[in-house]
Amino acid sequence: MAPFAGYDMPISYPSGAVEEHLVCRRSVGLFDIDHMGQVELSGPGSDDFISSLVSARVLDMLEGEARYSLLLDERGFVLDDLFVYKLTNSWWIVINASNRASDLAWMRARAPKGVAIADRSDDTYMIAVQGPRAIELLDAVAGRGSASGLQRFTSGRIAIAGIPVLFGRTGYTGEDGGELFFPAERALELWELLLAEGSRLGIEVAPVGLAARDSLRFEAGMPLHGHEIGPSINPIEAGFKWACDFAKDFVGRAAVEAVVASGPARRLVGLDVAGGVPREGFEVLDPEGRPAGRCVAGMFCPTVKKYAANAFVLPEYSKVGTALAVSIRDKPRDAVVVKRPLYLPAYRR
Amino acid sequence: MKIDPSCRYQSSHEYVRKDGDEYVVGISDHAQEALGDIVFVEMSEAGKSVAQGAVVGVVESVKAASDIYSPLSGTIAAVNGALQGDPSLVNKDPYGAGWLYRIKAAKPVEFDGLLDAVAYEKESGKD
Repeated sequence: MAPFAGYDMPISYPSGAVEEHLVCRRSVGLFDIDHMGQVELSGPGSDDFISSLVSARVLDMLEGEARYSLLLDERGFVLDDLFVYKLTNSWWIVINASNRASDLAWMRARAPKGVAIADRSDDTYMIAVQGPRAIELLDAVAGRGSASGLQRFTSGRIAIAGIPVLFGRTGYTGEDGGELFFPAERALELWELLLAEGSRLGIEVAPVGLAARDSLRFEAGMPLHGHEIGPSINPIEAGFKWACDFAKDFVGRAAVEAVVASGPARRLVGLDVAGGVPREGFEVLDPEGRPAGRCVAGMFCPTVKKYAANAFVLPEYSKVGTALAVSIRDKPRDAVVVKRPLYLPAYRR
Repeated sequence: MKIDPSCRYQSSHEYVRKDGDEYVVGISDHAQEALGDIVFVEMSEAGKSVAQGAVVGVVESVKAASDIYSPLSGTIAAVNGALQGDPSLVNKDPYGAGWLYRIKAAKPVEFDGLLDAVAYEKESGKD
């Protein structure tokens, strides 16, 4: 257990982070992610307000749809990354725990009259159910078709053992599955029910902690705020042009367009490293030993069985196949730029 | 936490066990448990001379890298090659298949100066 953004978070369970990662890839992982924040926007003008606030196109979203987006400041830096759900009469926004206060203050400072911004984080619990058999498990507990009847990146209202659940067919592991939002006081009941039903149905289900959540998202090429994206990183250098809709106005657009025009000063790459575990902060060198960049995340990846890093490097070193080195304990270790993601998400195959 | 009574220990959690005219070195069960899943091991090569207390390698877990300090002075006789393919052997069997290296002791008397199992148990209870 470790403290994180005011929560006591499970880093790993007794089976260990590597096994937790592998269980999620082969069957079902359960993630206790109540630390994630939820903000609900409603009222007249809330459509235009959210469209101006986030980088992605949202006004074309149909009821129930969920979309990944960035929250930028005027300099085009990434304040947070979000999942935006369009509900019947409101927008449901899932934010990172450590940015909850600042995101809310940012939204409230810009909200026009009539738009209500409700912090729903405390009364909402969030559990992710992820893995190749996650939908099967959810269908079994919520009724046939409840989960499987929804497309990837959509959401719907379901009930599990009488608990009302907003179910998003979303997640952050590279596996199919869902994220459950429901009244916080039912958390233990739902958690234990999912474990018990898995065991009854012969579906392997295991809790997964933060360490494996990190390696799962890393392999699948998903960013973690404070690493691949953050308040001094623009979306273009991090490879998130696709999450910016230049056909509309949004906070930070001009700054992002300027980076597109000039070309980014550095680029996010994946590195396959030999001879040690690359970690955040480690320096990247070119073959002559000159500074080429820095790692923002790195680890052993259990599914692909590689030691890999994400690093920002100078653009001339960003091509796949470029030979570089990562300095691990003051020794340069061979590294090569590889295609991201290392693990292609199941729903993109 | 298992403590092998046939071993001597350092407070930095390496164990050493006499085996014929050599000594086997690894990390204790307590250490592997505290480190969590071990994903990388690198030791100095066989033939290298090391002094007691010198860094002879590194064990990296999901969480962090930990230096290994040689409990004895001497010459490294062999390193456990199986750990290259499966570093998790250190977690599964720290006193057996997860051994790190064998050393030919230059000063066997150093062994007697290390913590015995009872003293190590007391020591490791502190962290």
